[in-house]
Amino acid sequence: MFKIETTANRFIPHGVSACAGCGLELIIRNVLDVLGEDTVVVIPPGCSALFCGFGREAGMRLASFQGNLESTAAYAAGIRAGLAAQGNDHTTVLGFAGDGATVDIGLQSLSGMLERGDRVLYVCYDNEAYMNTGIQGSSSTPYGAWTTTTPGGKATRRKDLLSIVMAHDVPYCASASVAYIPDLRRKVQKAKDAPGPAVLHVHSPCPTGWGCPPAKSIEVCRVAVQCGAWLLYEYENGKITLNQKPKQLRPVSDYVKLQGRFRGMDEQAVAALQAQVTQHYEEMLHKSE
Amino acid sequence: MRVQLEQLMTTPKSSEYKTILGPCAYVFTSSNTGSWRIERPRVDFSTCIQCGTCRMYCPADVITIHKGQQPPLEFQWDYCKGCGICANECPKHCIQMISERSAE
Repeated sequence: MFKIETTANRFIPHGVSACAGCGLELIIRNVLDVLGEDTVVVIPPGCSALFCGFGREAGMRLASFQGNLESTAAYAAGIRAGLAAQGNDHTTVLGFAGDGATVDIGLQSLSGMLERGDRVLYVCYDNEAYMNTGIQGSSSTPYGAWTTTTPGGKATRRKDLLSIVMAHDVPYCASASVAYIPDLRRKVQKAKDAPGPAVLHVHSPCPTGWGCPPAKSIEVCRVAVQCGAWLLYEYENGKITLNQKPKQLRPVSDYVKLQGRFRGMDEQAVAALQAQVTQHYEEMLHKSE
Repeated sequence: MRVQLEQLMTTPKSSEYKTILGPCAYVFTSSNTGSWRIERPRVDFSTCIQCGTCRMYCPADVITIHKGQQPPLEFQWDYCKGCGICANECPKHCIQMISERSAE
């Protein structure tokens, strides 16, 4: 049925056509490595669609399906219901979508899935814009960032996906970063074992859209965590745990100056971003106590 | 592609594919992404401590570590895109990106 024409260490071949330095490739390798063979994957159109198939070629050695952009979570819930009808309760159903397909277009189906309590693992790799179609701004784009639809820098702050997810009172959700792989793998394992829906929100660098050299993409994500622009935390049984609690956050300007997309920001805008970041960090610190 | 799929679903020889309905990817393959490379990593094996950081962060998963052997690191040049993440993440700074031309 399936022709294997290449070697791979696990489920993703070595030569996939993701850009050099792309974080998405590293995320899907690690997620599938932890989940193992007994997994069904649903992927919407986007950069990650290259894994579930382009023409006759597939970039994944697992059962995978490309749905449409707005209903990844609905498809995944349907697959779970189908598996349940067959008496199968061991297969993991994974929805793997970008930020556009999660926080903008796919939000209603994700919310429906969370509300019904379907046992699906939903991973959102967040590169903070619609990168596949040419860097259009999404509601996950941070304040001040350049995209083709926000040429003067985005005027509003980003949507907080995990707060929306937590409002559904799911058994497990967490944010992770590609710069902290052991932490990401631990969270995937936890999310897999969750008794209901689980959501992972993973920060994923895009050298093309962020305007950073491919070699620096992991470093940029690490600096984002160190300066509080991306927080690593888990929500489990109604309790929030911050995984990284630096005593002193690095200034957000360290993160801003590494990327071309923030080049248009003046001092005032950086100060506004700094105020947002500090406020969010303190809120989360307060909630986690 | 349409022709290929039609053949696939109608040719009696490929009876094993007959149950496929709709467009379906059925070949697990790799493209030669090594041809994208402008720079390649060169490792100074005298300072390499074989910690595996480069392997963990390599997006293309092309690095293999052979503990205690020479050379301890092996790259799959057919697929290495030359992104330079290994050189940037190495805690010992023993990987250097050199021009693809000077490597030949």
